[in-house]
Amino acid sequence: MIDGFLALYIFLLAAFTGHEIISRVPVILHTPLMSGSNFVHGIVLVGAMVALAHADTPIGKVIGFIGVALGAGNAAGGYVVTERMLDMFKSSKGK
Amino acid sequence: MNLDMATLLPNIAKASYLIAAVLFILGIKRMASPVTARKGIVQAGIGMVLATLATFAITGGHNLGLIVGAIALGVIPTWLWGKKVAMTDMPQMVALFNGMGGGSAAAIGAGEMIKFVHTGAVPSKTTLVLAVVGALIGAISMSGSVIAWAKLDGRMDKRFTFPGQQYFNLLVFIVTVGLGAMLVMKLEVPVIVAFFALALLVGVLMTLPIGGADMPVVISLYNAFTGLAVAFEGYVMQIEALIIAGMVVGAAGMLLTQLMAKAMNRPISGVLFSNFGGGGQSAADIKGSMKPIEPSDAASLLYMADKVVIVPGYGMAVAQAQHKIWELCKQLRERGKEIKFAIHPVAGRMPGHMNVLLAEAGVPYDLIVDMDEINPEFATTDVAIVIGANDVVNPVAKTDKSSPIYGMPILDVANARQVIVIKRGKGAGFAGIENALFYQDNCKMLYADGQAAAASLSTELKAIDGGGGH
Repeated sequence: MIDGFLALYIFLLAAFTGHEIISRVPVILHTPLMSGSNFVHGIVLVGAMVALAHADTPIGKVIGFIGVALGAGNAAGGYVVTERMLDMFKSSKGK
Repeated sequence: MNLDMATLLPNIAKASYLIAAVLFILGIKRMASPVTARKGIVQAGIGMVLATLATFAITGGHNLGLIVGAIALGVIPTWLWGKKVAMTDMPQMVALFNGMGGGSAAAIGAGEMIKFVHTGAVPSKTTLVLAVVGALIGAISMSGSVIAWAKLDGRMDKRFTFPGQQYFNLLVFIVTVGLGAMLVMKLEVPVIVAFFALALLVGVLMTLPIGGADMPVVISLYNAFTGLAVAFEGYVMQIEALIIAGMVVGAAGMLLTQLMAKAMNRPISGVLFSNFGGGGQSAADIKGSMKPIEPSDAASLLYMADKVVIVPGYGMAVAQAQHKIWELCKQLRERGKEIKFAIHPVAGRMPGHMNVLLAEAGVPYDLIVDMDEINPEFATTDVAIVIGANDVVNPVAKTDKSSPIYGMPILDVANARQVIVIKRGKGAGFAGIENALFYQDNCKMLYADGQAAAASLSTELKAIDGGGGH
């Protein structure tokens, strides 16, 4: 069980980390980076899977199903789009 | 120590989540540098697959069919769609996928609340508050992102405003927060339903009045929102990977939003609450007229120029003109002209959008110049070619205090000796504002599709000196 203060520590440290790792990013990468971080919060899929696994009422299952489908869409779509954007950087360097 | 499966599996899962969280952080860090960016996304992808597989291990096969079905339903269409969508439509795809994440977080919140009602379990106040706040932010992010997507995809006309809109929106928001507070006191199904309906409405209302060049900032903000929502619901579900990944994205997204807003010289509050776009000067208030030019005359201007600056915008992306434009530029370079590409921080629909497209066409990085660097150079520029850009070159942003884009930094294209604007028609830009530049004496309009215009300029240029350069 993660409780009050421990959770607060995790929240704060993660926030500092997020702030720190992109503080020096060139404008050229703003769009791919936004897209990439968009993919990373697709991890919500895992939370939705656990919620659906524990659902035992019909309404709970419906909501859980929607949650998993949306989370999976976020992860899959976010990955494909980011990869395609970054692929173009590679092709331009080859020339 | 007893290594039975019941205690082993959760520990394997927890370890996998930890590894996934580390991979996400390293992945994002790598994505912040051009050299390592491609490795970064692959790394984050491995983390995601690992975390998902680990979750199968701890869910013990409950509702397995439903879970697999939902994943298939979520993954297959978005994967195929993401693979085939045009590069120019990427910004709205990011908005849409982000909205899905927000919706997923909101669904987790809703599911947990309903479960507490059914089972009569009494969660801690911290859990309840975070479930409610996460659900609120997630729902706002979902409906807001969908509106942003519809706007960018041209499915919804620009902006929607009415008198007293901000007060109305504020009222709806306060009522929603009030319902959320009621839920923290006592969970009841009708209140839960009303809360989610209003939270979704808040996202719609917030996004409707925002238009034009502000959309990138809004998408980035909703991206950060979804991150926060995921982190809060991660606490509710007691999954550290969600807390860490969500919070990292939330903080990084907030910073990215600030960087973008700063590039546009607009505070985030200004983006959200100032009813950007539309209004301002009408064509009648601007003196002069729009002067059309033929491709042959435009080619002559280019032929006589020494220094040419290309100003691309969203129109170039729509017309897929970047390759033809680069062809034209290569011809000009063969004839000894100095060529530069001037990129406004929010040209296109997202920061970096133009850089991505020009990189795709093979334009070397050193020819691509940022706004601050190129602006002093326009005074010594012979011809500036504006292709598909509008609001980011509108001098009204400097001169007309009543204009909604007043204060936004612009490319000083108007200072160039000659300006050629390649444009499909006479309509206003995405923000719906007349462009004073088009009426200036040194500005000529080349009405054509971007690709066709660039091709005909190349042809006309060859016709002048028989193709070879000097």
